[in-house]
Amino acid sequence: MQFMLLFSRQGKLRLQKWYVPLCDKEKKKITRELVQTVLARKPKMCSFLEWRDLKIVYKRYASLYFCCAIEDQDNELITLEIIHRYVELLDKYFGSVCELDIIFNFEKAYFILDEFLLGGEAQETSKKNVLKAIEQADLLQECKTEKHESFVNPSCI
Amino acid sequence: MALKIVKGSIDRMFDKNLQDLVRGIRNHKEDEAKYISTCIDEIKQELKQDNIAVKANAVCKLTYLQMLGYDVSWAAFNIVEVMSSSKFTYKRIGYLAASQCFHESTDVIMLTTNQIRKDLSSPNQYDTGVALTGLSCFVTPDLARDLANDIMTLMSHTKPYIRKKAVLIMYKVFLKYPESLRPAFPRLKEKLEDPDPGVQSAAVNVICELARRNPKNYLSLAPLFFKLMTSSTNNWVLIKIIKLFGALTPLEPRLGKKLIEPLTNLIHSTSAMSLLYECVNTVYIDVNTPPLPSLSLSLCLYLSLPPQLCVQKLRILIEDSDQNLKYLGLLAMSKILKTHPKSVQSHKDLILQCLDDKDESIRLRALDLLYGMVSKKNLMEIVKKLMLHVDKAEGTTYRDELLTKIIDICSQSNYQYITNFEWYISILVELTRLEGTRHGHLIASQMLDVAIRVKAIRGFAVAQMATLLDNAHLLTGNMQRMGICEVLYAAAWICGEFSEHLENPMQTLEAMLRPKVATLPGHIQAVYVQNAAKLFATVLKSQEGNTDSTAAQETSQLMIDRLPLFVQSANLEVQERASCILQLVKYIQKLQQKDVEVAEEVSALFAGELNPVAPKAQKKVPVPEGLDLDSWINEPPSESESEDEQPKAIFAKEEPKHSRPRREEVDEKELAKRREARKQEQANNPFYIKASPSSQKVYQEAPGVEHIPVVQIDLSVPLKVPGLPMSDQYVKLEEERRQKERAEKKKKEKKKRKEKRSGRGKKHDSGPESEEDITPAHQVDIVTEEMPEKSSKHKKKKQKKEKEEKEKKKKKKHHHHHHHSDGGGEEAVQNGTVEEEEPLPVSVFFCFLPLTKVYDIQGNLQDGSQVVVSVIFENKCDSFLKSMEFNVLDSLNSKLQRPEGSGPHDGLTVPFQLPPGVSNEARFVFTVQSIIMPQKLKGTLTFIVKDSSTHEKLDFKLHFTCTSYLITTPCYSDAFAKLLESGDLKCSSVRLEGVNMPFHHLLARICFHHHFSVVERIDSCASMYSRSIQGHHVCLLVKVSAQTVSIDAKCDEPTLLGNVLDEIKQTFSQC
Repeated sequence: MQFMLLFSRQGKLRLQKWYVPLCDKEKKKITRELVQTVLARKPKMCSFLEWRDLKIVYKRYASLYFCCAIEDQDNELITLEIIHRYVELLDKYFGSVCELDIIFNFEKAYFILDEFLLGGEAQETSKKNVLKAIEQADLLQECKTEKHESFVNPSCI
Repeated sequence: MALKIVKGSIDRMFDKNLQDLVRGIRNHKEDEAKYISTCIDEIKQELKQDNIAVKANAVCKLTYLQMLGYDVSWAAFNIVEVMSSSKFTYKRIGYLAASQCFHESTDVIMLTTNQIRKDLSSPNQYDTGVALTGLSCFVTPDLARDLANDIMTLMSHTKPYIRKKAVLIMYKVFLKYPESLRPAFPRLKEKLEDPDPGVQSAAVNVICELARRNPKNYLSLAPLFFKLMTSSTNNWVLIKIIKLFGALTPLEPRLGKKLIEPLTNLIHSTSAMSLLYECVNTVYIDVNTPPLPSLSLSLCLYLSLPPQLCVQKLRILIEDSDQNLKYLGLLAMSKILKTHPKSVQSHKDLILQCLDDKDESIRLRALDLLYGMVSKKNLMEIVKKLMLHVDKAEGTTYRDELLTKIIDICSQSNYQYITNFEWYISILVELTRLEGTRHGHLIASQMLDVAIRVKAIRGFAVAQMATLLDNAHLLTGNMQRMGICEVLYAAAWICGEFSEHLENPMQTLEAMLRPKVATLPGHIQAVYVQNAAKLFATVLKSQEGNTDSTAAQETSQLMIDRLPLFVQSANLEVQERASCILQLVKYIQKLQQKDVEVAEEVSALFAGELNPVAPKAQKKVPVPEGLDLDSWINEPPSESESEDEQPKAIFAKEEPKHSRPRREEVDEKELAKRREARKQEQANNPFYIKASPSSQKVYQEAPGVEHIPVVQIDLSVPLKVPGLPMSDQYVKLEEERRQKERAEKKKKEKKKRKEKRSGRGKKHDSGPESEEDITPAHQVDIVTEEMPEKSSKHKKKKQKKEKEEKEKKKKKKHHHHHHHSDGGGEEAVQNGTVEEEEPLPVSVFFCFLPLTKVYDIQGNLQDGSQVVVSVIFENKCDSFLKSMEFNVLDSLNSKLQRPEGSGPHDGLTVPFQLPPGVSNEARFVFTVQSIIMPQKLKGTLTFIVKDSSTHEKLDFKLHFTCTSYLITTPCYSDAFAKLLESGDLKCSSVRLEGVNMPFHHLLARICFHHHFSVVERIDSCASMYSRSIQGHHVCLLVKVSAQTVSIDAKCDEPTLLGNVLDEIKQTFSQC
């Protein structure tokens, strides 16, 4: 997979993950072009399109479009599966996820994605394992934060 | 110090965190940019603080802003700072920011090497994990080289969580630092048998990706993968393994045989569509186009797996209600089609069904498939279906796509599949009824191609084209349909070139000379004119055979009557051809009046057949000595340095297959620059003639086209031309024909069998007819190798003829200029005779022996009381004329301007002498006080004939019409409306009866002779405007119904208006 984009129906980018090194300008150009192309498609159309020399696989969940770019030899259906898996993961983590969850916790959405995909390849096919890893990392973060807070607070007083 | 900490944490309480930022942005929708720039200022302040928590918060916000498209590269160093925090919370944010913002050219990456190494070896697996994840996004060749060993060690980490990530990231490392592959490979191979399924799948993933780039090195792993494939139940892993085998099998044919069983099992048993699709796709398709050119080897695999199995499975996909499966099924089908056309063709029904799908991308896929599926047998049926779709199709893009596909399908490989060209011609004719298509040109070129190459079809084609020409108004009626009028180009040419096949050439000639033709684009008119001449030749030939010679003369008269319209065309090509042919016909008419038979000679003009030129004809042209076609004209630009930057190909042959040549932006810019420069140059070059506007634009679009609202006519009635054939009937006919043929064949076969009774007699009995059995009804002349010698000769002849004609024309041109330059009033002078045999309605030629004088009265815009009269003097006698003096008897109202010092009755000396047969122009200025009335001025011209040395005198009258005081002034419709609303204008109207000319001609005439411009035209109603030299506004509303033209006019000077209207009336009474 070359990159994954999440954007809203209004064309606002919500998440982007690039697995190929590109400069910002190029990224912006691609994003703009793709968002336009995908949004222009009618709801009943299939999820695949050919774009430049890549294949684009996208799917709409509520108001969010999940859009992946894969190479010619890659499997479109498994990419759809990846998108779906990621949505399921978000759903499990946030508890019936909505667009606002991703907007306000965009770093969490990234962390989940990073546990699920690495370098554009699925690294963990088991949902349970991904969530477990995320939960543990979060736990680590929270207890450290608390420790930190308690360290800071007394000096305030 | 303590104070600083306290201050820092108090500030922190007022800092925005990420949520505040997001909320803030959402609340400042109107001035988002402004809000964000204040936020960025705050973030810059926060980054300056020592508190790492504050910094992390700021970096987190920056990551969000980066996604919104803001440049945050300036904060790269701060990101590194946060990455190196010892606390996981901040480290995590730092790495996330780095993975989002860093790329290969970020220079601070160099600083991170040691930090990343430290994190990789951290006792906390999540520290390691976060470092690996981040690294996967921003790994550079340097990082890859420095960290390869550390990552390799992690591949044998105790925790599968780390092993899995380490294995996956190795792929990225290999890409950036290929040398690491060799030492790491044994360990990678080991991981294929890792107890943890996640690690195993990661290893399969990496090896599969590597093998796709260079399969040869991974053949030794085949047994291992084979074991995995038969034992694994994880579809993700299976898909990768199948992909891997797809890459390996072409190199090792024996593998193919071994794979048949497990693959067939998988295809039959799996419920996962993704896996099924992968099987079909990889095995049948990728194998057929292997990365290495060893096609013959790869055949082993798919030969032993029946393609029917695959196609059947694909059928299931296509029949599925899910759009995605349908699309992929069609996609895979089109790939199989290349190798197994037969097995796909049997599913034609299904593919045709897909044309009804609501998803356009599916319909387009199905169309692609159909292109490859047609055969002689099913072409008609498929095209018939497509034609139905054309009728139903919504949206012009899809309809245009259908149209091009129909033509592609029919014309592919030299019309290989067309058995009946009559059918094809009717299809093309039916396609012309498409509204708003852009592909008129395509249809036209097909018509031409078929008519030229298929001799047997010409008679039919000509008949069809004649009908098209006759019904041309249906094609051109609507402005939207302008694209389709290209077809008339082909129609006119075919009718002209093959006019001997025409049943009623006279009628077609008539149709081609209709005044309406003048609204067509210039290049089409040009073809009309040229081919009208060809038709004329044919008609003459048929008419001269008859006893009645008047018919032939009438035909010439028709040409002479109609051609002047084209002579007036603004398109040079049309004008040139028309005036050339007009003169020719006039000459012919003269001969006819003397009862000379001319038909033979006229048709000799167009004798000879145009033959297509063979594609390889160029080869026959010898290369001139000293010309090296391979040498560069300009030195090629030096190769870009990007080549040097390419990584060394350790993965061998980085397939260039998918890298389409990308257009470089620089080139675009450069081109634009050059274009601009060229435009400048052309603008400054007085000899450069800019593209001439098409003829119809001349008056319709002259002033302020953009202000003319284009009314779109809604045509709900299907545009069926009566009398045109329906292609459908051919399908039936064709079937009957084939049946007959089949029956005949059967008879023959029976005979044969009777003769050979002793034979086995097990012959397949008249089963489905094979491709070869279908004999085409018409043969295409397919020119391949030889260029017919004849054709070149004929061409030359023709060219020569054209040249001659051109020369003739040039000579004639002189006269035409006269036509164009005159325009004022008209006056006949005593003892004058009209010189031109073809009287233009408002001709101003007045001539007398020995002098001809032509004059043009032009108002002077700068001075409201001045009128310039230019007079052309032409000496028609044989003697030299000198000392010419021009004098006019002044009236109260108009005075000739004389040089100071001369008396009011002195004449003006004409500043030149006239040798015999020469003409020259002199200008005289008159002062006019009132312009509301026309007037006539009497004048005399005195001159001395050199030989006789006597004074001669000529009397003449100058007619100053009110029209000549009008100056063509463009007016926009909104300004025009205001003018009418103002109420200052007086009204008057006039009716013209029995005007029999098309509306646009009428308008053109008013524009031309009376100096008006069209403001707006709607249907048969137009508003026009002009201005007098003294600033009177004259507005006209011209309406036409039947043969009655009513002109309602408004002007602030009623007398002027009345006179102008009288003059207009007079103009039309003369025609």
